[in-house]
Parts: sequence; C-alpha cells; structure tokens
Amino acid sequence: MNKIHVKTNINGDQVEFLADPRETLLDCLRDHVGLTGSKEGCGTGDCGACSCIFDGDLVSSCLVLGVEAEGKSIETIEGMAGREELHPLQKKFIEMAALQCGFCTPGILVAAKALLEKNNNPTETEVRYWLAGNLCRCTGYDKIIKAVMETAKDIRETA
Amino acid sequence: MQYHTPSSFSEAVTISNSSDGLVKYLAGGTDVLVQLKIGNNSPDHLIDIKKIPGVKEIALREDGGWTIGAAVSGVQLTNHKKLSREWPGLVEGMELVGSAQIQSRATLVGNLCNGSPAADSVPGMIAAGATVSVVSSSGTAEIRVEDIPVGPGLTNLGTGEIITAVNLPKRNKHEGDAYLRFIPRTEMDIAVVGCAVNLSLENGVISSAKVVLGAVGPKVEVATPAAECLLGEKLDENILSIFSDKCSELAKPISDKRGSEEFRKEVIGVIAKRAAKKAYDRALGNK
Repeated sequence: MNKIHVKTNINGDQVEFLADPRETLLDCLRDHVGLTGSKEGCGTGDCGACSCIFDGDLVSSCLVLGVEAEGKSIETIEGMAGREELHPLQKKFIEMAALQCGFCTPGILVAAKALLEKNNNPTETEVRYWLAGNLCRCTGYDKIIKAVMETAKDIRETA
Repeated sequence: MQYHTPSSFSEAVTISNSSDGLVKYLAGGTDVLVQLKIGNNSPDHLIDIKKIPGVKEIALREDGGWTIGAAVSGVQLTNHKKLSREWPGLVEGMELVGSAQIQSRATLVGNLCNGSPAADSVPGMIAAGATVSVVSSSGTAEIRVEDIPVGPGLTNLGTGEIITAVNLPKRNKHEGDAYLRFIPRTEMDIAVVGCAVNLSLENGVISSAKVVLGAVGPKVEVATPAAECLLGEKLDENILSIFSDKCSELAKPISDKRGSEEFRKEVIGVIAKRAAKKAYDRALGNK
C-alpha cells in the first residue's frame, strides 16, 4: 500500500504526514499528528465527537479522508484556546458544569464555536438543532445548551 | 485502495474504465466513507472528483435554469438565496439530510447515487423535473433524475458513467414545490415516508403537477395518478382527501424497524396532503 505525502495547515501550523489513502482525517490527526483532542465515538458521522473545521466548514473528521487535507486549512479543538486564556465557550462550559465524562466536549465546543461565529444570537431551538449532530450520553444536553446560550449572550454584551 | 484526483471528468472516466475491481467516486463522502469504515462495498479505486473545475459551482444557465455541480454541498444550497427562493422544496429536502457536519459535505448527486429509497433530496429533484448530466467514454448525456435509481442501493449507472451535475429547469411565476417527511424524532433520522410535490398554477388552478413518494417502495417513485387528480383543481379539502387516498393506494412499502406497511400507507397520505398544500401556497406566492 503506497502512502501519500500530505501537506496541510492545522491550527495555523504547517504540518506534513504520510497517510494510507484509507485513513480518515481523524485517524491522521490522532495517529500521525498527535492531536488526540478530536475523539472517535462512532466513526460513521453520527456522534460529532470528531468535529473539526475543514476549510471553514464544520465537518465530522471521520468522514473526511486524510489525503483530502492536502493544501487545506484545518482547525481542531487544540487550536481553540488562546495562548494564555481559554475560549469563552470553554470557560463557560467549566463554570456551568456543561460536561461530565468530557468525551463529547471537544466536538461540541468546535461545533458551538462554528455556530456562534455565524450567529451570535441563536434561539434555543437553533442551538439544539445545530448541535443535533453531537451526541452526549451524560449531561442530558440541558447544561450544554444553556452554556452555549450564555456564552452567546456574553459575546453580544462585550461586542 | 488507490486514491485518484483527476483534473477533468474525461480523465475520471479513463481511470474508471482502465481500473480493475470496484471503483467508487468521492465528493462529500458521507456515504462512501461509512462503507469504507464498515468494509461493505469497500472500493479498490476511489476517484475524488473535487479537483475537477466547476464541481463546487451553482450556475444560472442562459435558459434561466440552474446547473448544480456534483460536489456542491447542502450548506452551499441553503446559503444560495435565489436558488432557495425558486426551489424551496428541493433545498429543504437536502437540508433534512444529517447534521450540520454532514451538511458541510453531503451532495445531491451523492444522495442520488447512494440509491436509498428514503433519500430526502431525491423526491424534490424528481418533482422539479431535474436531469443529471452523465459523462462516459461515448460523450455526455442528459438523463432524468427519476431514471437513475432502480432499487435499494442500485442505480442505472454503469462502469465509467459519472454524473457531473444536476440541472433544474427554469422557474416560472405561479409555481411552487415542497418536500415533507415523517420521522419519529425531529432531526437526525431517516425518512419513514417522504413526499415531494411541484405545482404550476394558472389563475389559481393547478395546470401541472408532479408528485414523488419516498421510502414507500424499493425506489423513489413518481405518483402520476395522484398528480392527475390535482389537475384543473384549486386544492380544496375534497380534492386533498381524494389525493391523499390515491397516494396511500399507490404506496408499496415494506414493514421494517422504522414503520409497518400499514402505518406507512396511512402516513404517506397525510404527508402528501400537507406537501401539496405547502407547494400550492408557495405557488400562490404565500410563503
């Protein structure tokens, strides 16, 4: 099996890796690049634990091939916090205890950030539908939705 | 598995015709990568069409219709205001496919080629009278969308035949379309039944109608006898009731974990009636 040399940009850094063409972007992030923040829940695009931003679009990285990353720009959970400070969503999730085991949390944070960047005043219904592709088996979702709504409010007030 | 990134469709056809084993095409990959993962229908050659110029474009043709490239995503359709205004039924069908993550990648052509009788975007395309452009070694052909699916997971496309785009006809005044489905939840599910309706009106009277039923047979089916009951009518409760019964009668569903045969036959009538009302309202200019 010939491996393919992939050059891509992850969280602002130029990264290169060798990928078997059958490997997903999620496999490549975790196994070749060492970014294990994105999780594999289902591997079939149902759970959203592997959510990443791929060339500006929110995707499940288990449904993207690693070789498709050539020349693209990728943002993962590892790029979310600033050098010194957590992202407002991360802070709010901790403050409001919007997580329990934490397995789904990276994907939910990446997806929620994508929502708030295009709409900083979503309704609760909009937040629930947007996050329908991110499964959480612990929290019952309520605290997650509230934390996203509260963060949106903070962003609007400081804007 | 070998991964190919041709820069033209003719190159893609050449690769396909000269490759041994199973050949698959990659656009959004939301079905193909799942098959790869579970090892079912896993391809020996994967041809990624996204490096081909134009595949991510939505273009208004000179005749007033639209050409939608094979790799255009659901998000691109939703964000396209003019297209969404002209073909809300088609766009809302595509929007129902999967989550926000899936919408960033999933395509109309992929939904069609996956061959599911429950594909949410396919009834809308057929109701719209859409065609697909198919390229092969013998040239390009334009084929009606309804002639592509033949059964669960099966299409009429042979080796080296590749869909390059979906073509929608020109939208005229006093026309409207709608797609509705039934699922037991509100999001992230597969249609138990689905129905798309596209209507043209003259002075408020239905002058042409196309009705398409999803998930109630081995493939998405055009319900011509149901559409015929709407012709020359203004869509009052009496006509809607006849129409609804006709759709139930035409449905040939199976019983499975998503719904029994009896349930599907009943619900398709209800969903079809609501879709017809919605399409009619849109044709009248009421949103």
